Amino acid sequence: MDDSRPIFLQIADHIENDILSGALPANAQVPSTNEYAAFYRINPATAGKGVNVLVDTGILYKKRGIGMFVTEGARDAILAERRKTFPSEYIRPLLNEASNLGISAEQLATMIMKEGKR
Amino acid sequence: MTAAIEVTDLTRRFGSTRAVDNVSFRIEDGTICGLLGRNGAGKTTLMQLLTGQDFATSGDIRVFGETPAENARVLQNVCFIKESQKYPDDFRVKHVMKSAPWFFQNWDADFAETLIDDFRLPLDRKVKKLSRGQLSSVGVIIGLASRAPLTFFDEPYLGLDAVARHLFYDRLLADYSLHPRTVVLSTHLIDEVSNLLEHVLVIDNGRIIIDDTADNLRGTTTTVVGKASAVDDFAHNRTVLHRERIGGISSVTLGALSPADKREAAAADLELSPVSLQQLIVQKTGSPASETEISA
Repeated sequence: MDDSRPIFLQIADHIENDILSGALPANAQVPSTNEYAAFYRINPATAGKGVNVLVDTGILYKKRGIGMFVTEGARDAILAERRKTFPSEYIRPLLNEASNLGISAEQLATMIMKEGKR
Repeated sequence: MTAAIEVTDLTRRFGSTRAVDNVSFRIEDGTICGLLGRNGAGKTTLMQLLTGQDFATSGDIRVFGETPAENARVLQNVCFIKESQKYPDDFRVKHVMKSAPWFFQNWDADFAETLIDDFRLPLDRKVKKLSRGQLSSVGVIIGLASRAPLTFFDEPYLGLDAVARHLFYDRLLADYSLHPRTVVLSTHLIDEVSNLLEHVLVIDNGRIIIDDTADNLRGTTTTVVGKASAVDDFAHNRTVLHRERIGGISSVTLGALSPADKREAAAADLELSPVSLQQLIVQKTGSPASETEISA
């Protein structure tokens, strides 16, 4: 948990990461709010809010009285969303730092190719 | 949501000192609320008023809809764990545990026993002979096992080691999940508890200066660091909560920034970093001189 963002959003991110990595496949049951609260040592209401964010975005669905499950196609939806924000989240900061160091976009591209081959 | 506690225009004066100065707030039922503030800010006085152990100079207190003072209906649902609870001189730990169910109708003796094992508390030892940390764990155990609908912990872990503190957080969360209730936690270890809290009240000089959800407080302030001139330009027309300067570098704490603000800051080569709840409170309750200058 870091301090910069509301914890419930960080919980939502953690669950999304688990879906991306395949730890939580489609139709798998996600841990309960109380389990998340105990694991991350956070308030259960906060954990619940994080889970609800994903219900609202259609990543998780609720089976009444049983729990939360990963929707079919959740992984693709997360991938699409993350790819969309990738430039602003990762490329822009990288370019900013590169420009501070006097590295041009072309030089940066070469460096990326080189690192990618390792 | 219903309120566990509702306070209106509450004042408690000791002579000319206003320990609690015209405060109003409410605490929702079933939440974990942090009551934070510096030494002498008025936290304990406030909790004594809320638990009927002290009388208000003026104002109104409702606990579960009723006045707590001399009201058995309210007080049997309230557990107040004080910083330094006094017990009869010849009391041993087992006597404390044995007498607890007389005061708390929801007392869970099995849970208390588990906690005694967890905290490695010697049952046969006299309470007077316990170490500071052990005495604190007695309070923690009573507070948890009493399962009172409204539980106050006033600086519950003086002398508790890190293991015991984390044990307390874990047991509190686990038991709170199973038996939801209202918990008011007063502490100086803000960083350690900030993730447990749903609501935060900060009291300073008897007044409530922050009354908000923990989620709202997180990310409402940002520290901006960079070249002094660039920082000054950026901070111009914005409310500055705190300002520090070292050599040509300046650091200011500002209110919430929009994504556009963040892009503007990034374009001006300014570094943004989050402010933790603890830093926020230190800055809000610190010395009034918000401008500290350190010459390089």
